[in-house]
Amino acid sequence: MSNAIGKPLSRVDGRAKVTGEAKYAAEFNAPDLAYGYVVSGTIAKGKINHIDTRAAKSLPGVLEIFTYENRPKVAWFDLSYNDQDAPPGSPFRPLYDNKIKYSGQPIALVVADTFELARYAASLVEVTYDVEPHETGLDKHVDRGHKPSSGIASLLKPPPPKPQGDFDKVYHESPVKMRGTYVHAVEHHNPMEMFASTVVYEKNGKLTIYDKTQGVTNSKMYVTQVFGMSNDDVRVIAPYMGGGFGSGLRPQYQLFLAVMAARELKRSVRVVLTRQQMFSFGHRPATIQHIALSGTTDGTLNALYHDAHAETSRFEDYTEVVVNWGAMLYPVTNTKYDYKLVDLDTYTPLDMRAPGGVTGFSALEIAIDELAYNMKIDPLDFRLKNYSDRNTADDLPYSSKELKACFEQGAERFGWSNRPLEPRSMKKEHNLIGWGVATGMWDANQMFASAEAVLTVNGKLRVSSATADIGTGTYTIMTQIAAETLGMPVDDVIFKLGDTEMPFSLISGGSWTAASVGSAVKLVCQDLGKKLFKLAQQMPDSPLKKAKLEDIEFADSRIRLKSNPGAGVRYVDIVAANGGRAVTESSTSLPDLLEQRKYARNTHSAVFVEVMVDEDLGSVKVTRMVSAIAGGRVLNPKTARNQILGGMVWGLSKALEEETAMDNVYGRFMNHSLAEYHVAVNADIHDFDVIFVDEVDHIVNPLGAKGLGEIGIVGVPAAIANAIFHATGKRVRDLPITLDKLL
Amino acid sequence: MNSFTYARPTDVAEAINDQQQATAAKFIAGGTNLLDLMKENIERPERLIDINHLPLAEITETEDGGLRLGALVTNANTAYDERVIARYPLLSQTILAGASPQLRNMATNGGNLFQRTRCYYFYDLATACNKREPGSGCGALNGYNRIHAILGTSHSCIATNPSDMCVALTALDATIRVKGPNGERTIPMADFHRLPGEDPQYDNTLGPDELVTAIDLPAKGFSEYHTYLKLRDRASYAFALVSVAAALELDGDTVTDVRVALGGVAHKPWRKPEAEALLIGQKATKENYAKLADALIEGARGFEHNSFKIKLVHRAIVRALGIAAKQEPTE
Repeated sequence: MSNAIGKPLSRVDGRAKVTGEAKYAAEFNAPDLAYGYVVSGTIAKGKINHIDTRAAKSLPGVLEIFTYENRPKVAWFDLSYNDQDAPPGSPFRPLYDNKIKYSGQPIALVVADTFELARYAASLVEVTYDVEPHETGLDKHVDRGHKPSSGIASLLKPPPPKPQGDFDKVYHESPVKMRGTYVHAVEHHNPMEMFASTVVYEKNGKLTIYDKTQGVTNSKMYVTQVFGMSNDDVRVIAPYMGGGFGSGLRPQYQLFLAVMAARELKRSVRVVLTRQQMFSFGHRPATIQHIALSGTTDGTLNALYHDAHAETSRFEDYTEVVVNWGAMLYPVTNTKYDYKLVDLDTYTPLDMRAPGGVTGFSALEIAIDELAYNMKIDPLDFRLKNYSDRNTADDLPYSSKELKACFEQGAERFGWSNRPLEPRSMKKEHNLIGWGVATGMWDANQMFASAEAVLTVNGKLRVSSATADIGTGTYTIMTQIAAETLGMPVDDVIFKLGDTEMPFSLISGGSWTAASVGSAVKLVCQDLGKKLFKLAQQMPDSPLKKAKLEDIEFADSRIRLKSNPGAGVRYVDIVAANGGRAVTESSTSLPDLLEQRKYARNTHSAVFVEVMVDEDLGSVKVTRMVSAIAGGRVLNPKTARNQILGGMVWGLSKALEEETAMDNVYGRFMNHSLAEYHVAVNADIHDFDVIFVDEVDHIVNPLGAKGLGEIGIVGVPAAIANAIFHATGKRVRDLPITLDKLL
Repeated sequence: MNSFTYARPTDVAEAINDQQQATAAKFIAGGTNLLDLMKENIERPERLIDINHLPLAEITETEDGGLRLGALVTNANTAYDERVIARYPLLSQTILAGASPQLRNMATNGGNLFQRTRCYYFYDLATACNKREPGSGCGALNGYNRIHAILGTSHSCIATNPSDMCVALTALDATIRVKGPNGERTIPMADFHRLPGEDPQYDNTLGPDELVTAIDLPAKGFSEYHTYLKLRDRASYAFALVSVAAALELDGDTVTDVRVALGGVAHKPWRKPEAEALLIGQKATKENYAKLADALIEGARGFEHNSFKIKLVHRAIVRALGIAAKQEPTE
């Protein structure tokens, strides 16, 4: 056994990334490349009256200016614009007609010989509009809330559970209760890398597309459907991604525009969005939530109400699982839920790290803290008292749930037992100090995925799947899984991804890549192992001739007898005996749905936070944070810790800083730059600690690992808000908690 | 960004002459603000006159015992200059509270005086802005105005000056030295920037073809009792919601001199000598600091999203004076 799994292997792609060898979508070149620059609309609703492109087009080197008036024929049927992450509705169709649906909408593409020329020409395009009144601002339009339409997305994002028991009666009769309204701002993903597509136009009209995406298969499906191209004529490649966080789960409009221009001009074209344009598509939707909880004087939660209004666009019903979590986590049997959408004149929201989860938990776990305080019970004790090994909402046992260990180990590391219950009881100079705790949960799903494994002529292993590494460490953990399964050193294994020529994989989101693609990699390596075993048995004088599969093991780059490890056949010798030809295997792994459906499958976290709040000036500093994670088997402690730390940083950022500010007069997001859209910086981050508790799970997938991309963020904002309450006695239910809310 | 011509003069007269001859020309030094504005089509110069090769990159002593900071000395080299640290630590601290190391390595002292506002509306061509396009209106007035001014505003503009360094220069009574076609003149820091009034397109009182050559610091540097308190939405790399440069001279617990300048609250660094006079000769107490604060922000007016700044800046003034007097911890 190489025992590669569970080792803190450094990123196998790390060197390529820090040396610049790793190439991103806008860095691939082609001969005679043309450059597109997007012209963005400036009103929120109405019609384009006229686009004057004459001045721009008269510049030498400007090749074409595409608008709704002269765009080539593309798919008319709006479902052709669907993708793997499309919510129910009618997807946005760039340059389709003269209608303006949101501020910042792409309305023209200027293509020129150089980027600088295209950018300059774009500034000369004059547009006039017939303006119509728009509606933005969720709080101003909650009266228009409606039930979301359901679609295939509901499979992964189920509607609220059916009510149980009698919430109204129990709540009314309970001695202790709370009720609160929780809001949070719109957020934009803002990955470092801008969205970009480099479309290489091949001689025969075929396209090779380098796209920023969390799923090459998704981009390919979109392009073939929209442009009516055959599968053989489109190849999408995305070996690296400079951050996704969900923004790359849907093809963005630069892909459409670059493909359209390349086909029309019969020339390779690159389109890169600007940072300002990164605010012109999907975002985490603002929500307004109401929660009411009640309990008995002994600290038992007995009733839960949770509703949410979330914004969506006029054209798609984007939904999230916001209100469902309460009875999944707590054993509460009197429940009521509601979830409504409000259509606004903005772009459709888009999954952002723990979509819905961090939204719902940021309200629920503050509400739990409020109820515990109304009962005068320590908020950690309250959670332990209301602990459940079953998901009460769906009445299912958990496939595994080591949340109690998270509470215990996290509290121990943090020093929670020394905490005075009373708010405002810890002070240092001007600063009030507070400690808060919150729980987080996320899904542990497995999807189908395919992979190929090749034992090369040199006796090395090459494994591939058309998945993505969005910065999470996919390259590294897949290398470890393959190395472990076939008993090889990791240096002899190479994992490739991000190319539609590779075996199929879905978009990389929902924290399912490690589980799904990891299972496919394990399976294909097992299948390849069987193939190698058969070949080895056919070799003359093979010591494995009489062996059965259960008699052998894969170790030291050979197949050997368990009973006599000295007797075996080296992989290089198998290849040689195979006439020097590589040995290849392809496999598709499917989740065991029948078995998995019997269980609730989730990751859990317990987050402990210390804050210092300047009593006079309202500024908040998070001085310590401990996050204890129950995430199944940890494939690589280094990349796993990295995932959780990233989630903790973003959780802090969401709790205290992030907000895309809408001007409702213009119907436009105003702080569209990284100077004014604040994300946490190094100076905000102090003592962060991550604990992985042992959690054995034989149900979630063959690896026993649960995805860690999202769980890291979920409990953090509520833990910070609760710590701020403990410090100041002020209960802020409005994120981000900027200093003005604490004055 | 439009196309432009480019010149790289090596002496000041040549630079001024070029500026005078050309239409729509701009001087460029570090370019940390101008290039951003050009990429967003806010600034559209037809000619850039690169002044980085002018002999203005020295820090020298002045005859009256002060320091002369050349216009082309970078913010980083100023903040880490031993003379500045020893004699004007308030300036050093203030510069280091702004931007990032990379930006401070590029940005120059002269350029810092010309930082343009960070008002969202100024930066967005889709909206109205009297500063960017005189007569088009002010989007911020009835829009999202959390970061905007509370003092000295007009119905034409409620933008703030974003500089940290300028707040300290105002507190220290610096003098701006400029050269133009008609020779050299000096402008007191307090008169360099202006309030928006009816013509917010003008940030300052510099003549059209004038060039800042240096910033003179007077001998008095308040090196013993001083602080720069900057309150913002994250711990680094954010513009001030409000900031306070406070400097004191004390005789025992009696204040013999005081300077307080505010950032993030007005179209220029905000200072009122008559408010400072209220504290001179008085005891260094919170109550007396509060009286200064009352007078300094008298007439403050909030808009939909920024009224919190009135309370915040008052508290910040009191705190900053306490820190400067070493009565309060810095954190």
